[in-house]
This record gives sequence, C-alpha cells and structure tokens, in this order.
Amino acid sequence: MSNEGVIYRISGPVVTATGMNAAMYDVVRVGHEGLMGEVIELHGDKAVIQVYEDTSGIRPGEPVLNTEETLSVSLGPGLLTQIYDGIQRPLASLEEVMGVFITRGVDADAFDMEKTWTFEPQVAKGDEVVSGQVIGHVQETETIVHKIMVPPGKGGKVKSIESGDFNVTQTVCVLEDGTELQMMQKWPVRSPRPYTQKYAPDTPLVTGMRILDFLFPLAKGGAAGIPGPFGSGKTVTQQSLAKYSDAQLVVYIGCGERGNEMTEVLDEFPHLIDPNTGKPLMNRTVMIANTSNMPVAAREASVYTGITIAEYFRDMGYDVALMADSTSRWAEAMREISSRLEEMPGEEGYPAYLSSRIAEFYERAGRVETLNGDDGSVTVIGAVSPPGGDISEPVSQGTLRIVKVFWGLDAGLARQRHFPAINWLNSYSLYPQSLDQWFRDNIAQDFPEIRTQISGLLQIEAELQEIVQLVGSDALPVDQQLTLEVARMIREFFLQQNGFHDVDAYCDIHLQYHMAKAILSFQEAAKGAMADGALLNDVVNVPARSDLMRGRFEKGYIDRIEEMVKEMNEQIANAVEAN
Amino acid sequence: MTGKEYRTITDVKGPLVFLNKTEPVAFGEIVTLRLANGDIKNGQVLDTSDDLVIVQVFEGTAKINRETGVTFMGDVFKLPVSTDLVGRILDGAGRPRDGGPEIVAEEKADIIGAAINPYSRQSPHDFIQTGISAIDCCTTLVRGQKLPIFSASGLPHNDIALQIARQAKLKDSDEEFIVVFCAMGITAEEYNFFRSDLERTGALENAVLFVNLADDPAVERIITPRLALTAAEYLAFEKDYHVLVIYTDMTNYCDALRQIGAAREEVPGRRGYPGYMYTDLAMLYERAGIVKGKKGSITQFPILTMPGDDITHPIPDLSGYITEGQIVISRELHQQGIYPPINVLPSLSRLMGSCIGAETTREDHKSVSDQMYAAYAQGRELRGLVAIVGEDALNERDKQLLDFSGVFEDQFLRQSRDEDRSIDETLDLCWTLMSSIDTKYLVRLDQKWIEKYHPDNRE
Repeated sequence: MSNEGVIYRISGPVVTATGMNAAMYDVVRVGHEGLMGEVIELHGDKAVIQVYEDTSGIRPGEPVLNTEETLSVSLGPGLLTQIYDGIQRPLASLEEVMGVFITRGVDADAFDMEKTWTFEPQVAKGDEVVSGQVIGHVQETETIVHKIMVPPGKGGKVKSIESGDFNVTQTVCVLEDGTELQMMQKWPVRSPRPYTQKYAPDTPLVTGMRILDFLFPLAKGGAAGIPGPFGSGKTVTQQSLAKYSDAQLVVYIGCGERGNEMTEVLDEFPHLIDPNTGKPLMNRTVMIANTSNMPVAAREASVYTGITIAEYFRDMGYDVALMADSTSRWAEAMREISSRLEEMPGEEGYPAYLSSRIAEFYERAGRVETLNGDDGSVTVIGAVSPPGGDISEPVSQGTLRIVKVFWGLDAGLARQRHFPAINWLNSYSLYPQSLDQWFRDNIAQDFPEIRTQISGLLQIEAELQEIVQLVGSDALPVDQQLTLEVARMIREFFLQQNGFHDVDAYCDIHLQYHMAKAILSFQEAAKGAMADGALLNDVVNVPARSDLMRGRFEKGYIDRIEEMVKEMNEQIANAVEAN
Repeated sequence: MTGKEYRTITDVKGPLVFLNKTEPVAFGEIVTLRLANGDIKNGQVLDTSDDLVIVQVFEGTAKINRETGVTFMGDVFKLPVSTDLVGRILDGAGRPRDGGPEIVAEEKADIIGAAINPYSRQSPHDFIQTGISAIDCCTTLVRGQKLPIFSASGLPHNDIALQIARQAKLKDSDEEFIVVFCAMGITAEEYNFFRSDLERTGALENAVLFVNLADDPAVERIITPRLALTAAEYLAFEKDYHVLVIYTDMTNYCDALRQIGAAREEVPGRRGYPGYMYTDLAMLYERAGIVKGKKGSITQFPILTMPGDDITHPIPDLSGYITEGQIVISRELHQQGIYPPINVLPSLSRLMGSCIGAETTREDHKSVSDQMYAAYAQGRELRGLVAIVGEDALNERDKQLLDFSGVFEDQFLRQSRDEDRSIDETLDLCWTLMSSIDTKYLVRLDQKWIEKYHPDNRE
C-alpha cells in the first residue's frame, strides 16, 4: 500500500479515503488543493479524516496524501506575541497570502524560520545532557527568556555546541551519538509533554480580581471552570485574567467565539501594560483564535494546540496560565464530528467520550517538577457556555467533576450590572486549605479568618434577604439592618469591580486585605456607636464612608485607606454625640 | 461534467433526493432537477461518495420521481452580484421577483462566504444613532455590530426594525445605509408591511430585498440569508457601502435547518435542532463587521421570535452566544401600551463600551446609562415587594426608586414611531428623570457629571 489514496466520500468536514496506508491521527493532505486533515477512524481500508478547512467543491476520486506524521505544533523562539488559528497557522501570514478572508489550501510556518536569534549556550562540550535539559537560551522578548531544551526522549554527551546568531532550524548542538539539536522542536498536540512528577499546588494565581483572589482563590497549576449564560461576562472575566494574573506567560484560546472580540483583544493587548512587570502584555502572550465561523475541525484541535504550547513553556520552569474561551464550543465541535461519523451518541447528542476528553484536557494542568528539575506550572481556566445557563448539561457537569475551582457566573447579577457577575453563594474553591499558609506568610496572619468573616456575612445576608422579601427591611431589628448594610458594602465596595476602569480593574492583594478589614472595621464601629445610642441612618450616612468607598477608584488608595478608615470611625463615634 | 443528466434516483425523503451511479460529484455542488412536466427545481449536494449522492432540493420534492433527470452543474452555489442589485426585489433563491430583468453579473460570488480573518478585522467603534432612547442610551448600536432583536409572536418587532432602518445614522452625518432585507418564511402581510414602509420613505431605492414567504419552499430558507449576506459583502467590501442587514425571522430559518436534519436522520441536539446549529448560525452572524483596508461595513439586525417567550430556547440561546448582545422585546411592556416595548434589563450591547464617551456620544453617557439601568432594575424589583407588603413599608430611597421605574417606562422608553431623538436629547431626558431621585442615592454617577448636567445645577 502506498501513502497516497483517493477520496471515497465527503460529508461536510468529514472525508473518507481509501487505498491509503493510514494510522490513527496521521495528518493527511486532502484533494488537489492539499487541505489539511487528520485521520480519526479506520474501517478496513477506509480512513475517516476530519478536514481542517472547508470542503466545498471537493470530489470523490481526488487524491489524499498521507504525511505519516501526527498533528504537531512547532515549538521554539518566535512563539510569543503570535496569533494563530486552531492548527498553528499565524493569522498575519494568512492575511498576507489570502487577504482579509480565510480561503483554503494555504500552509504557513508557525513562526519566521529565517529570523535569527542570539543563542547563548549553557552547557559545554563533554557535558552529559538529558531529556528536557536546558542547553542554552534566547532573549525572546523583553520579559521572557526562551530556554532551549533537549527534546524529550533525546540525550547524551555533547559533542559540540555553538554560540551566536542562528535561525530556528539551524543546528546549535550535536550529541556524541550524532543527534543534531535545533532551537525548534515539534510535539504532537494530543500527547501531554512529559515531566518528572506533579506537586500539590501551594501558591495562588493572583488575578487582581477581589472576588477571585479573596473568596475563591485559584492555585498556580490548578484548574478552574467558569460556566455562565451569555451576557454574564465570561469573556470579560477571561480577558481580565489574561491581562492581570501574575502568571509569567499566558496562552489565550478563543475557541469558537466572536470575531470582533478577538479583534478587540488584538487591538488592546499590545497597548496594555502588565502590572506585574511594567512591560507590554503582548510580550508574554500567545493567542489562538479560531472563531465560530472558522472550520469546526480546527476548533476541535485548537485547545490541544494551546495546551501543548503552554506545557512547552512550563517545561522551561515558567508559570503559565491558559484561558480557553469557550470549552463548550470545543465540545460542540466534537459533537459535530461525532455525529458525522454516525457514532452512537451519549447525552444531548454529545459523544460518549465527552467527559473523558474534558478530564484529559484539564488533567494537563498542574504544577510539576520538569524533566530538568525545575518547577513550572500550567493553570487552566476554561469558560463553559451552558445552553440557557443551565449547568446540569453534559459539558458543565463534565467540567465540574474535574476542576477544583468553580466561578459561577450569574445572569441575575449581570442584569443588575453587578460585575464580575460571579455568584458568591454557589461558587467554590477547594484550594484555600493548601493556599492559606501562603496567604498567612505573604499577606497577613489573619487573612483566612478575615475571609471567613466576609463570606459568613454574605451567607447571613442571603438568609435575611428571604425575610426582607416577605416583610420589608424596616421590620427587621436594627442590628440585622446593620448586617444588611455591611453586606451591601461588601457587595458594592468589595465584590463589584469595574474591569474597564484604569485603577479599579486591578486590585493588589494587599489592598484587597485592607478593604476587607475596612468593612469589618465599619461593622465594629457602627455596632459600638449604635450600642451607645447612635441611629443606624446616621452611622451609615457618615460622609467619610462614601469617601472611603469612592477612594478605590483613585491611585494611591492603598496608602490612604487606613487614614480614611480612621476618619470614618471618628465620624461614626461622633454620631453618638450628635444624637 | 455539466450537461450529463442522470436518472438514477433511488430514494426521495422530505427535501432530500438520493441517487447513485454518478460520476464524481463535488461536495456543495449545485444541482438542477428536471421533472417529467418540464419544471425545473434546484438543489445542492449535501453528501457525496462513489456510491451515493444526497441532494437537498430547495423547492421541495413534490412531483419528483425516479424519472426525474438530475444534472450536476459543476460548481458551488454562486450569486451574480453587481450594484444593479440595489433597488431590486429578489426571491429566496435570488431570482427577480419584481418583474425586472435578470441581474447582470459583475462577478459571481460564492454564497457560503469565507470567514473573515480575525486579524484582518477592524474593531467597530462608530456610534449609530437610532433615535430610539432605550437603544441609544442603554444598548448602543455600533457600526459593524450584529445585534438581534429577541421578540415573540404578537409583538411590534417589525415596527422597531423599520424605525431603526429609517432613522439609523452616524451622529452629525447624513451618510445613509443600504438596507439589505432578507425575509425568511414571513407572511405576505408582514412582507407587504415592510415593502410599503420602505416604499413610503423612499428607502426602497437604497435597498435590496430577498424574499422567501411562508408559502415558499422551506428548504429555500437555508440559502436566502446566505444570498442576502453575499450581496451585503459585495456592496460593503467591494463597493464601499455601509450596509444594514435586517433578517426576519431567524426562527423560521432554524426550523428549516431542523427539517433537513430530520430528513437526513441526523442525531438531533436540543429540541430536535441539529447539533451543528451553533456553527451554522455563526456562519451567518459572523459575516458582520468591518475589515482593514475597506471602507464599507456590515451591521446586522436579525429578528427572531422566541417560541413561548422562552429566552433559553435553543434559537435565542445559541444566537445570544454568537451575537454582540441582544435587544429584548417585552410582552408585559407591550400590554401596558408602551412603544417601543424594549426591556432594557436583559438587553445588552457588547460593543457599547467602544463607542460611547466624550468623543463619540457624550462624556457622561456611560455613567448615566449605568445609573439609569441600576435605578430601574432596583425599582422593578421593589414592585414585587410592594405587591406583598404595600408601598407604606418602603423607606424613602425605595419609594423614590419605585416611582422612578414607572417614569422610566412612561417617559424614557415610550416614544412615537416616528420620533427621532438625538443622543443629546436622550441623555438630557435621562438627567431630568433621574432628578426625581435624591442625589445621594445616585451612587453610580460621577460627582463631576452631577455638577455639570444635573438639572439643579444647570441654569
């Protein structure tokens, strides 16, 4: 049998070919135009292929060429700041070749193969190197040093090593056994990259979003799911995370989402400054954009392309955060292909292997000891778009079974313009246990206790609100009315955060702690004053409290907040005398 | 290959025809079917293999039998396009319906349309003033946006769409839109309403109509919006026009999609709609936008009626995940006699942030819109409480908010069908209405805007 077959059948993105010596997941070139596809099923001589480009106009009888390689990504200097489609073709290169509309049959290198990078070796002739070991590095962007590693599965004694300017395909190192190493390596996207061992996460991914960091923290190397109906702010939350989280690298996958939204990200990111390094955000970002109208099979591949790139940077010892928006579109791509294959469906038409695919994907997150002994992590944050916002559907459920953090977006909150519209009553994080030590050591000894008090107040509010719904708030005793006021302060002053405001969009974690303390301080002062006879109305309406609350929109708030709290407490104390 | 006629039909099922023993047929190829009485029907290849070809017939399969001759045209479906399209009325398959001549093609465009490279898009940022306060203030429309109207049967979505088509313009500009109107399965009465209104205002000369009515073949509806969008793309990206595409009713389109899925015995998704409906709808909605280096733009206004007023029904649900917001029409407001009955609470414009502010609308727009929205939301919520405990149980703040919600509906939402409010008028109206609430409760307004725009501080 040869590696060239012919097309037997075409049904949308699924093509069947015969006469080709194919193995599972081989990449093939379909038709006269050489459209890229991947073998996903074999029946005797027939190979079923999912094609990553539009198949209109292709006929049975056209040739299919098997490249005998699996779907792989190119990894090396030049990845950062790129924006790719689902199969790692740079969108900028596609524009050069095809113009503004994406046509088909065009191949593009993942990055500039001619560009030279200054390679600085870190090992010498005669050194023994092993899989994953760093042999040298390249300053890829201002902030990121790209470490050149021995590809997994290779190793030996260094015969020669170069130094100076090379492009990514030139050999920079030769081993005794004749293995030549280049700065670029390839890795099949569907196989996780190897590591030595997984650790338990113990450091939070600080996001600058108060409700996330303070109430429902995510660990570096953890996995989080953000389900929510449309309009509840999934994309805005994901983008905020991409902008402000303290990961060293960000891989952002726009999977089956809106074209204009990706454009917005593309326009915005080059001008945004990373609050953690003070350098342009784009320098640490790789983007993958496979919008909803781009070929569905490439959408299926896009999440794997993304996570493989994330793992590659993890192997260099970086903390990488990956955002996938939205995993539901990925699942739908699987469903579409599965139905074309006439597979027996599971729930709601999704393939029976849906939950295991979701689990495998999230399991590629983690904090690991890399092959070279370094410490790196991949944190995965997946948006889920449940139909009608009902999370009993298969994708949400498959996700919740595996992730440890659940940030539940709520249409009701979004309608009240409470953003981020994360419901504090049903969201959860299973990480506080392992992260509390970090918070105690790095922020404040009583950080976990303050958190418990704040979330306790929100719980009590929810119970009181049920009564208020029946009898109105005036019927409550004053101490409970005060509790409602405090809870309102938590919601409006602390949980609400304006993702588009220059200052408020990112809130330092130390400041978060002080803001939470300020609320509790108000509660205490008000309680004291009211016990001494002050009126609730006077206590609540002291001008210094509004000043305190508005202050968060101004720069330098962290330096002034304690002063402002003091002022507030004095005014509250005066409210007693005024009465 | 063209010209060879096959009489090898084996099965006919719903809108699908199955035939075998053909030469290699391309996926998506256009097909003509010649009936015994000489009638011609058109179709498209849905599945092709050496053994079996499945053709979807646009005009329905009535009278097709094993004697029907099937010819493959050797090409995928293309629409002849030229600027002559403007001012014409075509049927759902792109043939003249107004008795005029065939369109003389400047070029033939593939109706499936290629995806716009996200890298080549330009972010929409031009504010479109619709003259409707609820939209301009709360769910601002941007040129290049796709903003559907979520309505339901018996509501005046058509009036709203027409009012937008009539009044939409850029602020301080007379530049007009070309309207591409696409009817899918609507009644002749509704169609006449649209046409006569476009005629009355003279807009018909600047419009292209693609019309598939309720008694036209259902399957044809699959291609009607694609034709309309192909025409829109040509006018926008080849001829520099700003195009406003209105299509109605997406629900009929989706039902046609379901019909074909069922005939193919596909595994259905929710409520029997095909699992690929999200992708299919995206292939339509995503054809809105602005691209680098081209002057024109495509703004989309799809109208859909939510079955049973249910916003979680798959059609509005999947649409909402693709479009950049939605305008929701409320039966409750309509029954109170308020026009336009737009419920701003579930309505949203995702691109609003990029087009409002000092340079485009007015510096206080964001602040005002947030405050109007928040106050109305709280006022509405209080209505539920008042129903139980009575108005007397409310405190001063809540009373003011409750009253505001009534004024909001009666004076802010309500306007006549030909009332064209400028954005300044709209925002000034907001300030007037909000002044009924004590300033200390207006926490979302920046102090500097209160000083500048609050009626108490203006002479």
